[in-house]
Amino acid sequence: MFLSMNWICDFVDLEGLDKVDLIHRFSLSTAEVENEIFFKGSDISGIVVAEIKSVEAHPESKKLHLLKVDAGDGELTDVVCGAPNVRVGMKTAFARLGARIGDITIAPRKLAGYTSNGMCCGEAEIGLSDDNSGIMEITDDIPCGTDIKTVYDIEDIIFEVDNKSLTNRPDLWGHYGIAREFAALAGRPLKSLETDDLTVYDGLPPVDLKVEDHFCKRYSSIKVENISRTVSPVNIRIRLYYCGMRAINFLADLTNYLMLEMGQPMHAFDARMVEKIRVKRFAEPFKFTTLDGIERNIDENTLMICNGDTPVAIAGIMGGLDSEIREDTTTLALESANFDAACIRKSTVRLSHRTDASMRYEKSLDPEMTVPAIGRFLFLLRKYDSGVKVVSSLTDEYVEKFAPVTLSFDQAFVDRYTGIDIDGETIVNTLNGLGFKAVRNGDDFTVDVPSWRVTKDVTMKADIIEEITRIYGYDNFEVNTALSPLYPIRAEAVKTDEEKIKDLLVKRFSLHEVHSYVWAYNDEQKALGIPVEENIRLANATNPNIETLRNSMIPTQLCQVKSNIGYSNQFGIFEIGRVVNGVDENNLCIENKMLGITLYSKGILIKDSYFRLRDILAAIAADVKHSELEFVKAEPEKSYIHPVNFNRVLLDGVDIGYIGMAHPTVSKNIDKKGNVVFAEIDVNKLSSVAARAIEYSEPSKYPSMEYDLSLDIPQGVMFSDLRASWRDAGTELLRNVSVIDTYDTDEIHRITVRFEFGSNERTLSSNEVQEIVDRITENLAKTGVTIKAQ
Amino acid sequence: MDDKILRLKEEIEKELSGASDLSSLDQLRVSYLGKKGSITALLKGMKELAADQKKAFGADVNKLKEFAMTKIEARTEELKKKQIELEIAAMPQFDISSPASKDMGSYHPITLVQRQCETIFRTMGFTVEDYPEVVTDYECFEAVNIPKHHPARDMQDTYYLENGQLLKSQTSAAQNAILRKYGPALKENGVPIKAIFPGRCFRNEATDACHENTFFQMEGMMVDKNISISNLIYFMKTMLSEVFRKDIKVRLRPGFFPFVEPGFELDISCLICGGEGCPSCKHSGWLELCPCGMIHPNVLREGGIDPEEYTGFAFGLGLTRLAMMKYGIKDIRDLNSGSLKALSQFTDDE
Repeated sequence: MFLSMNWICDFVDLEGLDKVDLIHRFSLSTAEVENEIFFKGSDISGIVVAEIKSVEAHPESKKLHLLKVDAGDGELTDVVCGAPNVRVGMKTAFARLGARIGDITIAPRKLAGYTSNGMCCGEAEIGLSDDNSGIMEITDDIPCGTDIKTVYDIEDIIFEVDNKSLTNRPDLWGHYGIAREFAALAGRPLKSLETDDLTVYDGLPPVDLKVEDHFCKRYSSIKVENISRTVSPVNIRIRLYYCGMRAINFLADLTNYLMLEMGQPMHAFDARMVEKIRVKRFAEPFKFTTLDGIERNIDENTLMICNGDTPVAIAGIMGGLDSEIREDTTTLALESANFDAACIRKSTVRLSHRTDASMRYEKSLDPEMTVPAIGRFLFLLRKYDSGVKVVSSLTDEYVEKFAPVTLSFDQAFVDRYTGIDIDGETIVNTLNGLGFKAVRNGDDFTVDVPSWRVTKDVTMKADIIEEITRIYGYDNFEVNTALSPLYPIRAEAVKTDEEKIKDLLVKRFSLHEVHSYVWAYNDEQKALGIPVEENIRLANATNPNIETLRNSMIPTQLCQVKSNIGYSNQFGIFEIGRVVNGVDENNLCIENKMLGITLYSKGILIKDSYFRLRDILAAIAADVKHSELEFVKAEPEKSYIHPVNFNRVLLDGVDIGYIGMAHPTVSKNIDKKGNVVFAEIDVNKLSSVAARAIEYSEPSKYPSMEYDLSLDIPQGVMFSDLRASWRDAGTELLRNVSVIDTYDTDEIHRITVRFEFGSNERTLSSNEVQEIVDRITENLAKTGVTIKAQ
Repeated sequence: MDDKILRLKEEIEKELSGASDLSSLDQLRVSYLGKKGSITALLKGMKELAADQKKAFGADVNKLKEFAMTKIEARTEELKKKQIELEIAAMPQFDISSPASKDMGSYHPITLVQRQCETIFRTMGFTVEDYPEVVTDYECFEAVNIPKHHPARDMQDTYYLENGQLLKSQTSAAQNAILRKYGPALKENGVPIKAIFPGRCFRNEATDACHENTFFQMEGMMVDKNISISNLIYFMKTMLSEVFRKDIKVRLRPGFFPFVEPGFELDISCLICGGEGCPSCKHSGWLELCPCGMIHPNVLREGGIDPEEYTGFAFGLGLTRLAMMKYGIKDIRDLNSGSLKALSQFTDDE
């Protein structure tokens, strides 16, 4: 919203103050002002009122005229002018020699053989409007030679307030409310609005008016006849233009002027078209043409203003084409109303049509304003069109009032909230400056909230704090740390584990952390042959590619691997992200936090990739939990997982996830020559397993003995099946078992296992070690392995 | 001196200087000093000598033996040294200027920025909370003073789910749970609530270089008996100065957010120009960074905390925005792209 400093100064005397500085303070205390401030009229000078005394056609040009103008210099000036609307006796804006318009300084200039000693100006040229159809026509009685800046408000400071920052301040949608803020900031009094006394019309017949719907909070109206003026005064047009509106006709301009001044939208109907004003909704949808000529669909929720049963306007949004002010309108039915904010807001959304009026109604305007706005309208109307005649009494249906709000608080409350000292007198003065009625009794305050603040933003005492502090100025705050007692804090186990896992994967295994979306990637998954599984969907997704929430990290990661082919021959990605697995018995989503790891490689065996991933998982268990994992062969439930090498991953007996490899179909879609392995771990389950304590064992002073066995393992037997062989060998002397070599051919799967024996008390004899080894080999033989001693 | 001894001495001298490596030297040592060596043989042959000759001969042989040992030792040292020299000479000079292997993993930039923020707040006694991404309407709106039909709901394009839940549009959705989690300790033992909660938020909007439907925020809140606006400014200024590692000027402007009263927009002095005005800050010298304010009494009440007794502040920091500012990431979509060309650059940053 654009604001005019001249307009503000109609209501508060800011003489002697730095206005730009005040605008900056307004930005810090009230609402955000955009950076660029416009100094209107500062780029023009030397433009005076002049009268055209003679007009002669240019002998060689159809467009140009040779004028003699009286610019108040005592003699006439020769001017060559190309405007079509020149005529004798017309007064216009004239740039004398030496005048400045923007970067141009007016000098004698030859035009088609004739010298022009100045220039007649159009309104657009001097920035008063966008009218560039001809030169400006001045109808006011002003002596020739008068600098137009002294008669018209051309010089002004215009600034723009971000509408979003006014969302919560219905009172700031007009200059008068803004002026109130400037008055409070400057510590100067706010002048009252000059309005007409409406009680003098009490004897006249009322407007036929009935509000038939509670969405209309108040409807005030009055009828006026004998309107003769059609074009608005220059100063009104300038203000409208500076504030971003176009002049239309006098009555329409005046309603807009009132809206920009008081924030109260008004509508001027041609009284011939509205004899019985009814405010209501219709049960059946219908089409309605608004004054911009567009046909709109009206439904049963849209509030309408009607003439009897005929709709004439969409309440609070826009008038209808048939009832607008025309050239021949002389009688006016004025609407100054208040509508339910949510109703108007929803209607604008449905109609996709937001207007200056609806923007204001959406903010919950003060219904107290409708009648003073009519008083103000009539005051201005009579000022500029003295022959008008009011022909009805003020008719006012006040359906619903906001309850008055009185707040009580004490000095301690303010001290506690602010953390600084703001004395009682400052509090009272600040609030009263903003139109509140504050009374102090010792440390206790009672505050009546003005009607224009109770509709929305000041309803409780915390709101009062904002009023006091923003005017006090946040820059003036003394900044202090809190004096709260200190207590130790404990990090959540999940959080700690997550960070450890990330460090391990990045620093030790050189994996890359990625982020992804929480929904399935429909298109990308389709390209890889991964179906999007049934799961809870978004109800209002606008993009068909993102409609179903994912139930696993892996399809997402396979898509991401695909998009990274070519990055490197080997890379691994991981993410700790969320998946949703349907809903629980209360219809609430079951959300899980999952670690997904996917490794891609080209040029190495898939077995090596798979074991590398196995080692990564084992490292997580060892590093985060000081524990070991168990892998249990299982059947994958997902079609994109290879059916053979799929294992559940167990940590201390808790199933925390799985490790697997991409199904050949999917793998080939990703990369014909590469292979892809992955694992998915439930982070919360991992965290739920307590980390084991570190059990320290004293290093032995005695040498240990090693014994190697080569084992040929038959198909179907897993290494984990062999563990019982030495676990059950009944010895405490076995210190460590490790695999030191593997040898694989098509027929043979051979591993060499090294057993390390030792004692903290003595050096072992080879006989006692041999005895243990014999027991182990005996057990091993039962598993079906063939043993070759080394 | 006996001729045999003299000849042997000459031979030893000659042979030793001819020995070119340690193993042939060792063979020589054995051939002279070993059990069957020639010097040993001289000593063995002594018994055939006359008694008067024995003493002198023995002394000479011992001298020879000593001579041989010294010579062998010296020659050994010489050869060892020579061998080291050869080894050194054989070592090629490597071109270390060739490109190094860069098999480094990487963190997501959000992780890096989030960790920095978390560390700062932990050192100031804040707990770090975790929260789901799917929440209820109550958590996201009702509990934080945004009842149904409140215009603030229009301001946020929320992703609703089929079951009526939604993807949280703001980290404030966690406020109620945090108040309920730590409220009892506050009320019973006077332990102030100091918590931050980083998390993903979702908005149903079209994406472009500046807009994402999935992004990170970090919410923070502190509640105790006398928490003030003055405290809020202190914590925000301190935290942001730590994040950017320089003294940051902050300013507050009134801002409307339903869950706070008073609510503020917090600006920081422009990081590029330091407040002089530049294109990055649209010549204002300030950057709008995060909404904050004093927690709305309704939010405290809904969280089971009496607003007459306790006050608190809350803020919402855009982690995604912070990461973009910090690393100069121009297209927000890079963050969720999974593109390793973009993401692998963030190796670590502490």
